[in-house]
Amino acid sequence: MTTTTAPTAATGPDRCPLPSPRGPLSEAMTALLTGAGRTFPRVADADPYGEDLQLALALSHELVYRGVAGVEDDLEWDPAQLAARAEMQDHFLAALRADVAGGDDLDDVIEELLVEPADGEGVSHHFARDGEAWQFREYVAHRSHYHRKEADPQSWVVPRLQGAAKSGLVSVQNDEYGAGRGARMHSTLYADMMAELDLDPTYGAYLERTPWPVLAEVNLQTTCGLRRSLRGAAVGQFAVIELTSSPASARLVQGIRRMGLGPATEHFYAEHVEADAVHEQVLRRDVLRPLLELEPGLARDVVFGIQATEHLGGCFAAHALPAWREGRTSLLALLT
Amino acid sequence: MSADAAPAAAAEEPRRNRVVVSDDGPLLVDGPVEISLPDGRTVSADRPVVAICTCQRSSIYPLCDTSHRRRHRRKGLR
Repeated sequence: MTTTTAPTAATGPDRCPLPSPRGPLSEAMTALLTGAGRTFPRVADADPYGEDLQLALALSHELVYRGVAGVEDDLEWDPAQLAARAEMQDHFLAALRADVAGGDDLDDVIEELLVEPADGEGVSHHFARDGEAWQFREYVAHRSHYHRKEADPQSWVVPRLQGAAKSGLVSVQNDEYGAGRGARMHSTLYADMMAELDLDPTYGAYLERTPWPVLAEVNLQTTCGLRRSLRGAAVGQFAVIELTSSPASARLVQGIRRMGLGPATEHFYAEHVEADAVHEQVLRRDVLRPLLELEPGLARDVVFGIQATEHLGGCFAAHALPAWREGRTSLLALLT
Repeated sequence: MSADAAPAAAAEEPRRNRVVVSDDGPLLVDGPVEISLPDGRTVSADRPVVAICTCQRSSIYPLCDTSHRRRHRRKGLR
């Protein structure tokens, strides 16, 4: 399961390997994608925060990124696949709307994001304090579901924006994509770190064992990106990433040094300390401000995007931290 | 200046680097830049926009690491 081949040596385009189904929805989605079936079960009965729905939705969403191994590219626009995706997105969004506080006081919500808790109990605090290297490898395997396509889910919102907000957001994306240098793309830096940690940097290598909270975070990003009606929420979830990443990355750098991990690993997070300190400013000044000047009515959606992202981040911490405390794997199967 | 000359004149306008002064955070400077420090060190920063620390609390000084942010006691999940 381990390889040290960096993806720069890839011989063809990335394709996500097809994972094992986790229930009726992911089984039916797999059948849709492989041509083995055309029906989809009732979504309303499924747990919106369950392994089955989140994997089925992640599979459907993967078609808008690099695609799934063995699946026809045109299935991206297959009506049955799209109908199943929309129904799962609606079910998931309804659950999130019910579980967050809501409101439209964006200044207040941003203020809260910018205050660093002195007694934080989250994942980055765990690693800064006393997390162990095997847990950190698991963390990196989890997060590869996002970071191997880092910035891609946020790019969907670009054509939905206009004026200064679009320009500001693209300037942040330019930095995420390495400002014209492929080797500096954050998704590439992540692959370098994975190789250094003796993890498989192949796109989608850990989807099989990635639990629902991680899938749900990216599913929310993709849902907001693909739906123009949720452009405010897409910017909101982008803001959470950019506003909270710098101090969290600094704590991870602290932990990485304490655990004695390698230079590529430290560099990935050190880069985010520096980059996201800039991105925070650009997001507030050059994205959120002009967006809300143009469309003040979007404040409620931006707040929803922020709160839903925070909620799912909390679900991941509530999943991983107890497992690590008890010496169990936080993945669906142990890393080798 | 004739109307015809206006576009050419505009094109010759130098592209100025922007420095943004914020009331609660770093200076934002168009990169790449070289920053000379009082102790003789020079720090290069290549990104398109560079955030320069003004609160002197940054652990990666002279660059900003968001250490200027307020801290308070609350349960954090990050």
